[in-house]
Amino acid sequence: MATEGVDQNKRRFLTNTTVAVGAVGAGFVAVPFLASWAPSERAKTAGAPVEVDISKLEEGRLLTVEWRGKPVWIVKRSEQSLADLPTLDGELRDPASENDQQPVYAQNATRSIKPNVVVMVGICTHLGCSPTYRPDLAAADLGGAGWKGGFFCPCHGSKFDLAGRVYQGVPAPLNLEIPPHFYKSDRTILIGEDGGQV
Amino acid sequence: MFKSLMTWVDDRFPATKMWNEHLAEYYAPKNFNFWYFFGSLALLVLVIQIVSGIFLTMHYNPDGAMAFASVEYIMRDVPYGWLIRYIHSTGATAFFVVVYLHMFRGLMYGSFKKPRELVWLFGMFIYLALMAEAFMGYLLPWGQMSYWGAQVIISLFGALPIIGDPLTLWIRGDYVVSGATLNRFFALHVVALPLVILGLVVAHIIALHEVGSNNPEGVEIKKHKDENGIPLDGIPFHPYYSVKDIVGVVVFLIFFSLVLFFAPEGGGYLLEHANFVPSDPLKTPEHIAPVWYFTPFYAILRAVPDKLMGVMAMGGAIVVLFLLPWIDQCKVKSIRYRGTSFKILLAAFVVSFVVLGWLGMKPATPTLTLMAQIFSAIYFGFFVALYFTSKNEATKPVPERITK
Repeated sequence: MATEGVDQNKRRFLTNTTVAVGAVGAGFVAVPFLASWAPSERAKTAGAPVEVDISKLEEGRLLTVEWRGKPVWIVKRSEQSLADLPTLDGELRDPASENDQQPVYAQNATRSIKPNVVVMVGICTHLGCSPTYRPDLAAADLGGAGWKGGFFCPCHGSKFDLAGRVYQGVPAPLNLEIPPHFYKSDRTILIGEDGGQV
Repeated sequence: MFKSLMTWVDDRFPATKMWNEHLAEYYAPKNFNFWYFFGSLALLVLVIQIVSGIFLTMHYNPDGAMAFASVEYIMRDVPYGWLIRYIHSTGATAFFVVVYLHMFRGLMYGSFKKPRELVWLFGMFIYLALMAEAFMGYLLPWGQMSYWGAQVIISLFGALPIIGDPLTLWIRGDYVVSGATLNRFFALHVVALPLVILGLVVAHIIALHEVGSNNPEGVEIKKHKDENGIPLDGIPFHPYYSVKDIVGVVVFLIFFSLVLFFAPEGGGYLLEHANFVPSDPLKTPEHIAPVWYFTPFYAILRAVPDKLMGVMAMGGAIVVLFLLPWIDQCKVKSIRYRGTSFKILLAAFVVSFVVLGWLGMKPATPTLTLMAQIFSAIYFGFFVALYFTSKNEATKPVPERITK
């Protein structure tokens, strides 16, 4: 390249502006490729609400249904279990459900609309495994006499009580998520919508 | 005839020049030992994986509804499909075996030290790409372990503040791991990452051949050259080391075939039993564990009882390896002439890596979690202690030339 009588400043300016404009162009071209990884329209519309009949659900049992590809649990808790919930407060990270993991109507002591029936997304807030239902009282592998029933995640050992509230000293940071839901009638719950209450 | 053909080619393409630069006139130290087999073996396994992988894609179906069945189809109905798949799955394990031994060789003889920092860095990027490649490949059979393993590893990104949740959604392309995830992982596994790995391997070898190979004595052979500029302690890679490496290849293939034909599932450690069950988004297997080559890092993740800190510890365990050339400040390269402190530290590091690997396969009980915490501390302690002791290490005098 000839360098005699060349205005180096002008040459540098032209080089830099060319690079800058090229980089902006490359950035714009990258957008559609990166955006193509976002959930497709089909995936977005697949999240329709699910209606569940709970009339046959017995006390102490757990029912799993699929909503948006995730397991959703419906548990009917006994009077004893409900009475046990407040006694655990001292061992939990967020006993009063202050973190935004539930709709307002489930932000109460039992984390549910009706005290005995709780609806939760069965996905551990740590790394997304589905915890195991462990209603057996005083399970030796879960802390013995103090265990009042709840959920145990086999992946990394997180523990939750029967309201899906997370214990202290486990890797999961948050309580289990409560999905939007409402009672269409005494025996059916619609999962995925608030039913007007917020 | 051949000679005139080569002249014709050489006038148009530097074939002979490249052959000489990288093989016939690449002078490697004359004292390579057993530990120097694993670089060329890694290259061999890469070829095995690419060839077997190409043939698997001819029968595999990356569709959420058909993936699991298409793998079973390969195993049962495709002629020799079982063999090709077992070659590929055994190859994945073999890859990490030779790469870990290759990296350990580098640690032992100081092959990452000046002027070979970039050789080490390119190698670390290969290792990183290899981990991504293995992880994405493991999703493809679409069994329970594939599914939930991917769910856990993708959720790791969710630990990042603010961007965590949108990022995991973007990686999955759906609200859960689904066919969308499977399809993109397939594309990355068979096209994008192999290209990245090939490019990095070329960079690794070019950087190595620029500075020249290290050796068990850790002395620079380029310091003493004859009147033609050839290192006095060097021998041409071809035929000396190409022939030596063929012996290594034969022995390696014996072990490879033993696993391939007699224990392709490796007792549930190479192909996990839960992965023979089709993926079920509603039910996590009782005990989930990654394949053995990820378990040391998995154990570190589980050792920390906090989501973000656990993820950072796991990432840090890999990042810290990148920094090794700057952490270890000892001028002496080879373990043969380094101080006792280094030998003890390296031994502790190897033990912690192996024990963490074992812990990562086990369920998390309080005792094992405590052990994982202790050995994670030793793992990181290696780098901290090395940083402080390496500068003033009591080393032995290093010979000028290779004598043994």
